[in-house]
Amino acid sequence: MTKFIDRDYATAVYDFTIPARKPWSGTLKQGQVLRIVDLESQQAVDTILYNAHNTTERYSAQDTLTAQGAAYIEAGTALMSNEGNVMATLVADTCGRHDTSAGACSCESNTVRFGHHTKYMHACRENFLLEVSKYGMSKRDIVGNINFFMNVPISPDGEVNIDDGISEPLGYVDLQAAMDVLVVISNCPQVNNPCNGFNPTPIRVLIWDAA
Amino acid sequence: MTAPDKATPEEFRRRYEELRAGAHEKSPRLAQAAKEPSNPARIKPKKVVHREIIPGGWYWSMVIPRWQTLRIVNGGTGSVSALFWNIEDTSERYNAGDTVKVQWHANLSKGRVLFSDMGRVLMSITDDTTGGRHDFIAGGSTPSSNIRKYGDDTLRNSRDNFRLAVGKYGMGVRDVPPCVTFFAGITVGEDGRVAWAGGHDKAGDYVDLRAEMNVLAVLSNCPHPLDPSPVYAPKPIEAIVWNSPEPEEDDLCRTATEEAVRGFENTDPLFGSKA
Repeated sequence: MTKFIDRDYATAVYDFTIPARKPWSGTLKQGQVLRIVDLESQQAVDTILYNAHNTTERYSAQDTLTAQGAAYIEAGTALMSNEGNVMATLVADTCGRHDTSAGACSCESNTVRFGHHTKYMHACRENFLLEVSKYGMSKRDIVGNINFFMNVPISPDGEVNIDDGISEPLGYVDLQAAMDVLVVISNCPQVNNPCNGFNPTPIRVLIWDAA
Repeated sequence: MTAPDKATPEEFRRRYEELRAGAHEKSPRLAQAAKEPSNPARIKPKKVVHREIIPGGWYWSMVIPRWQTLRIVNGGTGSVSALFWNIEDTSERYNAGDTVKVQWHANLSKGRVLFSDMGRVLMSITDDTTGGRHDFIAGGSTPSSNIRKYGDDTLRNSRDNFRLAVGKYGMGVRDVPPCVTFFAGITVGEDGRVAWAGGHDKAGDYVDLRAEMNVLAVLSNCPHPLDPSPVYAPKPIEAIVWNSPEPEEDDLCRTATEEAVRGFENTDPLFGSKA
């Protein structure tokens, strides 16, 4: 499901373009809205949320799936924590389907999936490790994430494929924070599968105060 | 092979399509293995290291050395949630996303493996009487799911069982990642809805999981959050740990797919030994 909301980018309290392949993090106050803009289309945005005041409470893909009874993130999805609380809600979404089952790429999993020659290529879990380390966290804190704008259909017989992205240029998702949340993003550098159209591109993040 | 940083998008796409085609041409050995009957009696009594009945709602844990096998025996209500850690460095643990993504499949059965977050194999599925009706996507029960299903958050649940189990090894909430649930069939529809596929409640059904490193295994015997039964009544299950034969060079789980071969190429150097 999609839902479009017009917002005036000039009124955002924060506006930053994350270069291709780079990590980012920021804190949302309860009620604030984070928009992630897929500037050039087909760019996977790996995202984990933490309770800004207690990072042992963090995004849980499995809580989110079972609470909504559906396998993908879309407009209206409540992003749940491992404590069963709503962390944020997708209040707008121009794409309509985002993955949360396939996790983030890593140097190690790339060797298994694509061959040992891909070990020394940049990967999302490298980005996550560096970014969460700024907050005193480590690999143990990296859990199953959301892959905004990433198209990973799971077929009725269980096949899992990463397919070409279905997001349009300047497509966006809006997350409205239900608690104070730390948002950690890896602007995915993967080129061995279609999640970035084999060409990683920049994304833009904007924050608005609660209306 | 194209140098990884010099390839064009078209070359990367071609390589991905080759990998995909290879992965979805069902490995003839996996298909053959699925037809072979299971042999519950392959555990000889003198090979049993430990066996234990786990009451409904409860959890169980054990450190299992490389190449011993954990058999999980369904007690008649299905749904056993499980997690695995490398006991020598528990920051290495079961990774749900990698397990399904790397194997291109979410219904994993005999001949498949469970991956850690480090591109290594934690467990091999060496036998499975259900033909792969397990949930590698949606997880296990939580206080919230018990409220939704039974209106009661005092019933035992898998999330808290995992926290209790790891707490006894000096670990905590941060060490509990997304889990797998055996004997819990789910399907994802074209519309994205996750449906309970049920029917895996046959007492005596089992899966055999061979440890491929020295692992901490934790099981939680709680009903699956999508199991539609309104009654919370998990029956006892049995865990049997046994000295299984060392894998041979042509071992199914180690050789059935290119991905498994590479996973074991990452795993075996930890032990300086190959199968």
